Amino acid sequence: MNAPVPPVIVPRLAPLPPVIVGAGPAGIRAAERLVAAGLRPVVIDEAARWGGQIYRQPPEGGPFTRPKSALYGLEAGKADAVHRAMAAIRDHVDYRPRTLAWNCEAGALDLLSDGAVETLPFSHLILATGATDRVLPFPGWTLPGVFTLGGSQVALKFQGCAVGRRVAFLGTGPLLLLVAYQYLKAGVEVAGIFDTTPFLTQARAGVGMLRDPVTFAKGMLYLGWLRARGVPIHYNVRPVRAEGTERVAALVWRDAKGRETRTECDAVAVGLGLRSETQLADLAGCRFRFDAADRAWLPERDAAGRSSVPGVYLAGDGSGIAGADAAELAGERAALALLEDLARDHGGRPVDAARVAELDRRLTGIAAFRRALNAAFPFPADWADAIADDTMICRCEGVTAGTLRAVGRSGQAREINRAKALTRVGMGRCQGRMCGATATELLARALGTGPDGVGRLRAQPPIKPLPIATTIPSPAPGEGVKCDRSPPRERATPQAGRSHDA
Amino acid sequence: MALLQRVAENGRRVVRFTLDGRPVEALEGDTVMTAMLTNGDRLRRSEFADAPRAGFCMMGACQDCWVRTETGERLRACGTFIADGMRLLSDGEWTS
Repeated sequence: MNAPVPPVIVPRLAPLPPVIVGAGPAGIRAAERLVAAGLRPVVIDEAARWGGQIYRQPPEGGPFTRPKSALYGLEAGKADAVHRAMAAIRDHVDYRPRTLAWNCEAGALDLLSDGAVETLPFSHLILATGATDRVLPFPGWTLPGVFTLGGSQVALKFQGCAVGRRVAFLGTGPLLLLVAYQYLKAGVEVAGIFDTTPFLTQARAGVGMLRDPVTFAKGMLYLGWLRARGVPIHYNVRPVRAEGTERVAALVWRDAKGRETRTECDAVAVGLGLRSETQLADLAGCRFRFDAADRAWLPERDAAGRSSVPGVYLAGDGSGIAGADAAELAGERAALALLEDLARDHGGRPVDAARVAELDRRLTGIAAFRRALNAAFPFPADWADAIADDTMICRCEGVTAGTLRAVGRSGQAREINRAKALTRVGMGRCQGRMCGATATELLARALGTGPDGVGRLRAQPPIKPLPIATTIPSPAPGEGVKCDRSPPRERATPQAGRSHDA
Repeated sequence: MALLQRVAENGRRVVRFTLDGRPVEALEGDTVMTAMLTNGDRLRRSEFADAPRAGFCMMGACQDCWVRTETGERLRACGTFIADGMRLLSDGEWTS
């Protein structure tokens, strides 16, 4: 008689359901493509409703009644298409709204939803984390009434509110004219457009933007509309200060000839283009490179969206600013890359090669448009040079420009993370989202190098503050409180303890 | 007084809450930020600069809009919806 055969532990080779972080244009198009391939992706989104920031939907209830044409203007068709795409696959997706992905390590995401944390192992992850406004500080920028351009747009489309009665629009980028146009159309007085770019730069770069004549024409339409209604438009402007004690009363600004003017307003909307939300890619271990166009460290991705970490894909503005149209294409392309890799590693149907070729062709065209955009709306590097030592650069903890410059000039900090440790710039609640660009530029100048020469501000979990009341799942008997972070394929009974508890 | 100005969507249900003990009204679907800033001109005072703050990015990135309730709960005002009976504070300097 044979001895009993010991049980063989078979490692789990089957992939887990793909996980997508972000339900904006990139995340939704990625999910749509994965569902079409017969998969059931998990879609994690911090917002209550899908659409991302650009196609953000009004809250449920209310009721909110404005039609999409009023909310999204010339982009209403695109917004509606993206919303409908997600609605159509809703029943085939594990959709998790109001959920923050606050850490990503060793093949698992840590989530927070309704005050409870959960660890979600993944084998394939698409990060479509989007972007927020890039800003530089000026005296008075923390006064009530100073908001980001993107935030000012959120107030209008998501809440039906303007950030003031008479609003000054300051900065550069496609959003500057768009949001001013939307405010004027909503009946709000626009105190002026204070564009940091010289007019000739934009006019010359407009030639390059003719690669995308529709986008170019929209910009011209907004400009013409604002001009026709008598909105003052000033070019090559730098802010001097926002005045006020308890709230904004005026914007003082300087023109190219150095003349100062005081413009009364009760709000300032400021933005210098967008910056990518890269924290999760950082924590996932993705390799970064300095991107000269975005003046920022970005996670590396190939043309299809593969990061340096197998199984982690990047799509949309979260890994380089290219706008919503590109995000839709990149989201679908990243999902196809994921499917290509699944077919290679686990068998399965090959992907639609013609569709891949079509997406690759269109994404190449958008890269050229992106270069033209960066030429049309250049980052005003001299603004950073001119920040006075007593200007607060860290909104979270009130650290000044002088403090940061000092640790550079004294040789105490040769790179940004050391400067962070010494000054706490980048260590506050925003984790450097609002001050990172400033700190990088200031430290680079103090050290006599460029923004690529001071290293990269590292992300730390949790990437956003967690409420103290957060519920940590209680461990099963015999299990420690530490989360099981072994790679999913080696995990014998993942989550078993916790699921028994539940 | 109010920092934010309503320019649309005014037909929503009224929600009643208190701001620094004062009974005030907002509309269903308002964030805590909208509810507070249509009834006042700040969300909190900065614990580092003793200066008023009213948020900045409105999309959950800047973390400048954390506010306190009377029971000590902390809320991110741009990402939390107002509810009947909330008791919110804007006058306290707070540390965390």
